[in-house]
Amino acid sequence: MPERSADALVADALSGNRRALSRLLSRVEDGGQPACDVLAQLYRHTGSAHWIGITGAPGTGKSSLVAALARAYRAQGERVAILAVDPSSPYTGGAILGDRIRMADLSGDPGIFIRSMATRGALGGLADTTRDLARVFDACGFGIVLIETVGAGQNEVAVAQVAHTVVVVEAPGLGDDVQAIKAGILETADILVVNKSDLPGAANTVRALRTTIDTGHPALKTSWRHHGQLLTAEETPAPAHAPDEPAWVPMIVQTVATAHEGIDALTGHIHAHQSFLKNSQSHGTIERARIHTELLDKLRDRLLDRLLNALPASALDDAIDRVANREADPMTAVTTLIEQSSRTAAPPRPESVL
Amino acid sequence: MAAQRTIRVLIAKPGLDGHDRGAKVIARALRDAGMEVVYTGLRQTPEMIAEAALQEDVDVVGLSILSGAHLALVPRIRAVLDDTGLADVPLIIGGIIPEEDREPLGAMGIKGIFGPGTSTDDIVAFIRNLSGENHA
Ligand SMILES: Nc1nc2c(ncn2[C@@H]2O[C@H](COP(=O)(O)OP(=O)(O)OP(=O)(O)O)[C@@H](O)[C@H]2O)c(=O)[nH]1
Ligand SMILES: [Mg+2]
Repeated sequence: MPERSADALVADALSGNRRALSRLLSRVEDGGQPACDVLAQLYRHTGSAHWIGITGAPGTGKSSLVAALARAYRAQGERVAILAVDPSSPYTGGAILGDRIRMADLSGDPGIFIRSMATRGALGGLADTTRDLARVFDACGFGIVLIETVGAGQNEVAVAQVAHTVVVVEAPGLGDDVQAIKAGILETADILVVNKSDLPGAANTVRALRTTIDTGHPALKTSWRHHGQLLTAEETPAPAHAPDEPAWVPMIVQTVATAHEGIDALTGHIHAHQSFLKNSQSHGTIERARIHTELLDKLRDRLLDRLLNALPASALDDAIDRVANREADPMTAVTTLIEQSSRTAAPPRPESVL
Repeated sequence: MAAQRTIRVLIAKPGLDGHDRGAKVIARALRDAGMEVVYTGLRQTPEMIAEAALQEDVDVVGLSILSGAHLALVPRIRAVLDDTGLADVPLIIGGIIPEEDREPLGAMGIKGIFGPGTSTDDIVAFIRNLSGENHA
């Protein structure tokens, strides 16, 4: 297939052509100017989808849960897009993307589109382009975008910057109580799922999570600081929200993803969170904070690219040598690199000399 | 500094045989060669394979068939791929393929055939070549 122009590809994808949509996703994923061109056209079509992040330790049942959620949303008449992220090998850059294995029963439904993606070097549990791929789906009329992160340890919290609602999945039998869920991830949770509730130990997992939330969730922690005592959800003043507004405190839902149990309760809670966000006085503030982070991230990337492009060919290697030989410390080497790049980047043009 | 396109491959197991060791070995070898490999599990119908190939925008589809049903499966899979608008996506096959089946498989549109003894390096090189041709 010859390379299509950005205009033609975007028009075809927006009108429902699935091959064009798939090509568009690749173009955005591969980055650079071609990605910028299509995203610039798509952006005004975005903003109506609800993006749901599904994260949690490896093997807790994220993909199975995503499949069950997709079916539930289809039954509600939504079109559903799924982005399933798996890690790239840091050594070869390759990846095995295996989340579709658990989504086989979704096949044949034109209202569902599943796309696997590799992290391509990003460390937060998503790829750098995951948000932009979600935007492509959003623009193309998928009302629900389900984003499955890599099996997360504790630092994979990028999904909190991307998804509107974050579902953290836990399962019994992953070791000591909720060993597998670390505070960092727990704090990103809008909803906690104890999946595999058909297995023994589920009640213990729920209990342990309940304790962790009661002592550790940021909303409650702040109320500790404010009042010196633990308040119930109803009385808790919300740090990130306007005064007098109730905070969102994550609830715990038990599911058996493989048997479709608890899924309606889960979509109900997701819907409640969606309404909470929409009606919250601080909705605009949250959105602006999100955009703030994204703009800074993108600015950082672009400036770095520009700086590296402006460096003389061997400058970076020379700097590495100097640091390795103890001739310069890293910060001094960086200062030198910045000076070198601005010298080559902005040669004085004749008219500016005048 | 345009990044080099990452080659994406779908490894699919059509048919009813329940052994995916071979498919997994290939998937790992391709990953180790820097490719992104979508693996969809056992017992994929031609429709499932075409749907995954479409949604994942893969450069190549690799079939692992050990059941001996390759002559029956391949034409159906090729036809469904073509109907899905993926006529330009090449199909390769791994498995136990008798010598006399190679020619008919070629006529059915199979671009590469890899028997049990094939080195994974050869498969990697073949796929690099195929996807290079397609994106030249
Ligand atoms: N008993 C039981 N098994 C489940 C349940 N949900 C998922 N499983 C099984 O748990 C295993 C892992 O499920 P996945 O959905 O692949 O889990 P995952 O979190 O996506 O795994 P990674 O993507 O590898 O991190 C599979 O064998 C599933 O069949 C459940 O509710 N109960
Ligand atoms: Mg998974």
